[in-house]
Amino acid sequence: MCTDHGCASFIDKAYRCDQPEWAMPHQAEARLRVDEPHEDQLLERPTHLQHTKQPFPGYHQKMEVLLGITGKDFTIVASSKAAMRGATILKAQDVKQRQLNKSSLLAYSGEAGDTVQFAEYIQANTQLYSMRNEADLSPSAIAHFVRGELATSLRSRKPYNVNLLLGGLDPITLKPSLYWLDYLASLAPVPYAAHGYAQYYCLSILDKHHNPDIDLETGIKLLNMCTDELKRRMPIDFKGMTVKAVTKDGVIDIDFDDDKVVKSA
Amino acid sequence: MDTLVARYSRPTYDETVTEDMEEELLDPVASGLSLKFAMPPVAQPSSWLRSATDDRMNPDCPIKIAHGTTTLAFRFQGGIIVATDSRATSGDWIASQTVKKVIEINDKMLGTMAGGAADCQYWLAWLGMQCRLHELRHKRRISVAAASKILANLVYSYKNMGLSMGTMCAGVTKEEGPALYYIDSDGTRLAGNLFCVGSGQTFAYGVLDAEYKYDLSVEDALALGSRSILAATHRDAYSGGFINLYHVKEQGWEKHGFSDTNPIFWKTKLEKGEFTNVTSELV
Repeated sequence: MCTDHGCASFIDKAYRCDQPEWAMPHQAEARLRVDEPHEDQLLERPTHLQHTKQPFPGYHQKMEVLLGITGKDFTIVASSKAAMRGATILKAQDVKQRQLNKSSLLAYSGEAGDTVQFAEYIQANTQLYSMRNEADLSPSAIAHFVRGELATSLRSRKPYNVNLLLGGLDPITLKPSLYWLDYLASLAPVPYAAHGYAQYYCLSILDKHHNPDIDLETGIKLLNMCTDELKRRMPIDFKGMTVKAVTKDGVIDIDFDDDKVVKSA
Repeated sequence: MDTLVARYSRPTYDETVTEDMEEELLDPVASGLSLKFAMPPVAQPSSWLRSATDDRMNPDCPIKIAHGTTTLAFRFQGGIIVATDSRATSGDWIASQTVKKVIEINDKMLGTMAGGAADCQYWLAWLGMQCRLHELRHKRRISVAAASKILANLVYSYKNMGLSMGTMCAGVTKEEGPALYYIDSDGTRLAGNLFCVGSGQTFAYGVLDAEYKYDLSVEDALALGSRSILAATHRDAYSGGFINLYHVKEQGWEKHGFSDTNPIFWKTKLEKGEFTNVTSELV
């Protein structure tokens, strides 16, 4: 069977199958058409640029907490308040979130600098769209737009090292939505989500206690269960959470008790 | 052999010999009980072993030691719950789905295995033997504190030589009541109310911490232990298989089944409405 097109001809050499020649994905040529340098060339980049490619997130990036929970008529997006650089907490009231339009909210974590640059780039473009068209992009449209941008960036000379949660509420159907995106441009619509080490502690809690019909109050209780566990088991103080929710009234701030002391078992 | 027999066939009432026996207990390496291992013919066996097995330092290492696991144990009003999964992995390969990770040290005490499967199996069996010897020598059962310390001292004597184990010792004795200890191959030994060990530990901690109370009823405690392992087998690729559940009480431990996770998962999802992220829709 032709392995290049998956067509039904039982000729095992690609160039002899009955597809026209222009339809054949020729690996070497395809590579030449791309403007980016080939991977081999990337290995020997100029020294002044070598620090720019950071393929994997470091420990303190994973220590940043992003959580998202959807319910009956809302999406909660929460992010930790600590801005960390190396062994220092530079700021304890950082808000790692940007509102994109009336009914969507983007939370971010990852490489310093990249995060805000990327989030504000997305924010500017969604706002530009709203101005030009007098209509907001839907959360799903934004999610796919963001994924596209991340995918392009990933194969560029300097990829954005950013992980995202996009919470939204469809302005017409009022259906809540939550999208999980990572720096490798994966996109997944999910009922609840987390990024970094928080995933390891919170997803099992949410697996057990989440259900799609919950109201906002229950959602916040669930979020409290998650942050309690993080306070109990994570080795650093993430300085509490910025909590917002997308509801039919737009994006609202939610009071969250950051000073609650959690006793270990 | 004769010396060995002579050594252990002394009358048990002879209390005069206990002092040097005590020393043996404190320094188990010197006791010569099956501790003479064949060594590889290289100058530094431990660093040689590390280069062959440490896949964090060298992902292409030729020997992949079985590492992934979820085990948990917690103390509560009615005793101690011990629960484990049953998967053994070797690198990405699932080597077995039916491993017994709870070792019955005696009818009142349990140990759990996480880390290198061979290390745990061998040394916990060895610990069982030490506990039996203690019983024969002193005419009373060993305390959990002492048993865990024998193991801790043993692994500490092998520190940095490539042992890999994270174990818990659980038991109920007259003197201590319900006692739970965590011992790992770094030499850490901790008493505590609640421990989860293995690659799936965080997932188990998540479920367990959220609903753990010392005053849990026996039924709720068993359900919580089982559900915590289920959570870990669901999210951790290196945990799975069966849920092995035990309840340690004053009268001794009681086994509560070795149950397949798959039907339990679907029962939990369909009857309780949990795991809502698992859908049949393709997105």
